[in-house]
Amino acid sequence: MIELRKVTKEYSKGNAALNGISVKIERGEFVFIVGDSGSGKSTLIKLIMKELNPTEGTIIVNGQNLNRMKHRNIAKYRRGIGVVFQDFRLLKDRNIYENIAFALRVTETPTRIIKKKVPAALSLVGLAQKYKSFPKELSGGEQQRVAIARALVNEPAILLADEPTGNLDPTNSWEIMSILKEANERGTTVLVVTHNQEIVNEMNERVITMKQGVIVSDEQKGGYINED
Amino acid sequence: MRISTIGYVGKQGVKNIWRNKMFSLASVATMSACIFLFGLFFSILVNFQYIIRTAEEGVAITVFFEEDATDEQKEEIGQQLAEHEGVADVNYVSADEAWEEFQKEYFGDNPELAEGFKDDNPLASSDNYEVYMETMENDDQSLVARSRSLSETQNELVEFAQGLDGVREVNKSDVVANTLSSVNTLVAIVSIAIIVILFGVSIFLISNTVTMGITVRKEEIAIMKYIGAKDFVVRSPFVIEGLIIGIFGAAIPLTLLYFLYDRAVQYIMTKFSILQNIIDFLPVGTVYQILLPVGLIMGIGIGFLGSFFTVRKHLKV
Repeated sequence: MIELRKVTKEYSKGNAALNGISVKIERGEFVFIVGDSGSGKSTLIKLIMKELNPTEGTIIVNGQNLNRMKHRNIAKYRRGIGVVFQDFRLLKDRNIYENIAFALRVTETPTRIIKKKVPAALSLVGLAQKYKSFPKELSGGEQQRVAIARALVNEPAILLADEPTGNLDPTNSWEIMSILKEANERGTTVLVVTHNQEIVNEMNERVITMKQGVIVSDEQKGGYINED
Repeated sequence: MRISTIGYVGKQGVKNIWRNKMFSLASVATMSACIFLFGLFFSILVNFQYIIRTAEEGVAITVFFEEDATDEQKEEIGQQLAEHEGVADVNYVSADEAWEEFQKEYFGDNPELAEGFKDDNPLASSDNYEVYMETMENDDQSLVARSRSLSETQNELVEFAQGLDGVREVNKSDVVANTLSSVNTLVAIVSIAIIVILFGVSIFLISNTVTMGITVRKEEIAIMKYIGAKDFVVRSPFVIEGLIIGIFGAAIPLTLLYFLYDRAVQYIMTKFSILQNIIDFLPVGTVYQILLPVGLIMGIGIGFLGSFFTVRKHLKV
């Protein structure tokens, strides 16, 4: 599903954010990516999103070689990937319904399908009753749930979550993780970049540990390796 | 492209304007001012041309014959002149008519002075052809080219007439033709320069407004890109924003100018009543046959180009 072969990414000459990493993630896997700041986790997400191009190496996602992908095909490719960010990135001037419908509108989904899909996505994250609320009227946990609903509404094959619990308390963090796990159980491949040791250790999923641009550990049912 | 998507990007374009109220307003106001000035210069220019054209109709050359020229020769000369390019009308003035005209012009106040000549016409061999030139009203030539060609055509015609058998002398009104031509050229060049500057200012302002819109919506654009929106969907609202600004920026001054035009003409005619017999202004409908489409195309064009190139420059999708 996602394969990186000897991928290096240098932002400037001799300054590698990723240094020749190779990794393979199969369809339907749930994977944590952990590591200190500057270890290359976010760069990895950006490469998978085709927001950046690798300096060296090959990236294959859903059978498509990203190195050879033409600019005009990037939008279509990204529709197969959902993204969730630490800071939610909701549109503050639109209500919850509009925030989720936005993801469908800009991908040219017919209105009648939008009307069906948005309430379903809101129900999935337990916010069906709050569809008229604006982001500022919701708690951090609720906002992140809206962001997940928006990421999932296009039914992507892959869900990338960059520090999804970074701004949340433990209770909300667990709620978010259980929603991500449910999505995974429905068949979505989930990649979670996190610093949350407790969650990583409790969930007992595959853990890829990165340090200074290289993968130092890759364990099925692994735990958080504390470098300190 | 779905109709609902077109509707969505259109709505976003309108919303962009609303979100950037002040900048949009400033852009519309500046563009309105630019197109208003353009309209003003255009109206002055076409009226000036109209006045010149009327004056041109009076510009003629006079062809005198050799003393021994026969009537057949004179007729032949008249025919050749009439067939020559740029000639509108050839008018034969007999010696008697020439003498009458002369008397009117020079002895108008003292007719007794002319009586000394009695029946003896002192201008006996002054019968001539008055040759009037075309005003090139329906010509597609540019303003500058048109004004230049007036004196050129006249010179050419004089040379042609001088070369004809039986022609003694050809008189031309150099001063009138040349003065009209040079004033016309000057007005045309100044107007074109001002219009070019106004174009530049308008494009700069639209570009600024759209850049501001892009900055304000940076977050939204980033999300759209992550979600997988096509370039067209990301860019279109900004281009639509520019187009709407362009349409309003053109429609407002053109409407204003339409109503002001008649009032201005009325005012000039009342204030400077002496002009009434000299100058005749074009009706607003005639001026707007060109000004309306040109003004609208300018507004929409500036709006489109200003936003399109700004989006290409600042919106890497």
